[in-house]
Amino acid sequence: MIGEFQPPSILDAAGPFSHHIEKLWWGYFIVLMSVFGVVMIVLLFALLKRRPFTPDPDFSLNATTERRALNIVSGSVVITTIVLFVFLVSSVITGKAIATVDDPKAVHIQVTGNQWWWDIQYQDSTPARMVRTANEIHVPVGRPVVLQLKSNDVIHSFWVPNLMGKRDLIPGKNVNSLLFQVDTAGTYRGQCAEFCGYQHAKMAFFLVAQSPEDFERWMNDQRRPAADPTDDEAQKGQHLFLTTTCVMCHQIRGTIAAASAGPDLTHVAGRLRLASGALSNTPQNLADWINHAQQIKPGAKMPSHRLSSGDLNAVVAYLETLK
Amino acid sequence: MTLLCLANCKREERRFEEVSPGTNPGLVRQSDLQIAGGVATVLANTRTPYDDNAYAMNEGKRLFDWFNCSGCHAQGGGGMGPALIDDEWIYGRDPSQIFNTIAEGRPNGMPSFAGKIQEQQIWQLVSYVRSMNGAVRSDAAPGRNDDMQVKPPESRTTPQPENKVRVPTQ
Repeated sequence: MIGEFQPPSILDAAGPFSHHIEKLWWGYFIVLMSVFGVVMIVLLFALLKRRPFTPDPDFSLNATTERRALNIVSGSVVITTIVLFVFLVSSVITGKAIATVDDPKAVHIQVTGNQWWWDIQYQDSTPARMVRTANEIHVPVGRPVVLQLKSNDVIHSFWVPNLMGKRDLIPGKNVNSLLFQVDTAGTYRGQCAEFCGYQHAKMAFFLVAQSPEDFERWMNDQRRPAADPTDDEAQKGQHLFLTTTCVMCHQIRGTIAAASAGPDLTHVAGRLRLASGALSNTPQNLADWINHAQQIKPGAKMPSHRLSSGDLNAVVAYLETLK
Repeated sequence: MTLLCLANCKREERRFEEVSPGTNPGLVRQSDLQIAGGVATVLANTRTPYDDNAYAMNEGKRLFDWFNCSGCHAQGGGGMGPALIDDEWIYGRDPSQIFNTIAEGRPNGMPSFAGKIQEQQIWQLVSYVRSMNGAVRSDAAPGRNDDMQVKPPESRTTPQPENKVRVPTQ
């Protein structure tokens, strides 16, 4: 662990699908490095054993040398063909192993890319049990997860290196899906892997793999609408939130705020990070984000506000109650 | 010469946050559809900051969609609310008048958005609304949509003749 999450690496596989990819990666690596080594040794040998050039006036060919050269070249071609064929077969086998799942217990999540944040919706056959959150995906360990990938603006790409390969989110098409499973509990960092505009670098998300019991507890927490605040400051903050610019883009379930242009804030205080991974989730950072969003993430759709310090404190106090 | 031209080009400038011009602290609300904390309206004849800025107008176009202006104005063609692609202005064609229409609201349906939309964003909407009827430079107005078009792009819209009186024909 570095800090709060695992270092992103495809060589630190945390699930069965990424194990397949890791094995394939090592296979390619070992074979290709051996080929590279052999070629370098032969080159070095030729370089050190070079003989003075003596032109032959008749251009006659030495039959023995010619046959030896022919054998060496055709032998190398055969070996190369076999190696490439083994690569092809192992790649197809890996591709097949990571492309299918047949498990009714799979968790279905719809992930929608936006400039520059991730909209996460847990699917359920009962609408009241569906959950909407942003920039943070919780999954149970040991159960396959199927992501349905969509985009609202440009092409994004979903990538958690420790769990699975990349997959694009294509606007106007809901055809892409991604399958993975996590076997090691922990927090993994994901990142948009397709250049998507000015703040592409600050479009991260976190994937929290937890035990099935913790996951169910988290899901039940997320299903609850936000509770009304009890202390005066937070009540003032809620009034400000619901009567000024916030309510135009954000949703807080349990209040009249029901817009879907920006991230759902129903349980914003319980998340690890703010602004799609750009800031850790502290009251100070939240206040900075509200009043200086355009300095932290220039071009983001969240405008910088000019709240007085009293109003700002009240709004932050209210948002901090949304655990 | 080319460098000089480029240095003066305002079309691509991205001004992410700035204080809006000509704000007037005294807000007059003409619609009681919304009651929110006060934000200024602008003084008459304030120059609009974004008529030559492609980025700001595209932001205006995004906000037009986000804040559901089409719910009444129907992509500018008019429905429950008046059309925006023609050159008839019930409350004035001047940019500051359009700003105040959005901020103050207008009787019979237009809500007051003061306090709900930031001033900079209202100005972006003003320039976009103007681009809908060809009132801004066509090289800065938004081009075609990424998705299906319901009308020609704003950059292809030609200015409507002024004071056009429509006489119903038999």
